[in-house]
Amino acid sequence: MTSHLGLMALFSVFVSVVFASLMRDEPHDQLWFGAKLFAGFIAAGVLIGWLLYPLPL
Amino acid sequence: MRATAADQVDPATNKYLVAAIAWAIPGAGHLLLRRRQKGVTFLIALTLMFATGLWLEGRIFPLGFDLSQPLVGLAAIADLGIGIPYFIAKFMGHGAGRVVAITYEYGNAFAIVAGLLNMLVVLDAWDVAEGRK
Repeated sequence: MTSHLGLMALFSVFVSVVFASLMRDEPHDQLWFGAKLFAGFIAAGVLIGWLLYPLPL
Repeated sequence: MRATAADQVDPATNKYLVAAIAWAIPGAGHLLLRRRQKGVTFLIALTLMFATGLWLEGRIFPLGFDLSQPLVGLAAIADLGIGIPYFIAKFMGHGAGRVVAITYEYGNAFAIVAGLLNMLVVLDAWDVAEGRK
């Protein structure tokens, strides 16, 4: 659970839930918007991770 | 036609009181404004996020602005955004932070972002109280 990916996913869940509730009023819209936000966070995290992979850090 | 949640807001609701309550207890401002679903969501999500930050051995940054460490002061302001849970954690001796813990920085991120998100929730409650939403 305390892996980098696991914590990133947990962080994304919290942020997606709060933003979806803030920005949409209907539960169905909140669910859909939150799911898209969560998928976007995970996809962006994995993409940026791979982009950083060749860097000598 | 079914009344929307915005129609149910009492125009006499004091927006300053709503903002203060919304800051003190995450989601309480929306509960006061009869936005129950949002209020409960914020209460659970933000409190749990802050608690996760403490569980991950993050630090609750101390108040008091030290010019030599401006980022610590800004982190303290962000932490304070969560409201009463900040003081409860301090009172119970949590949030000392263990710098050598592998999850220390993650914990800080969770606690700081929970506070910042609650500030956004306060602004949203203010807008609802003003009748803008």
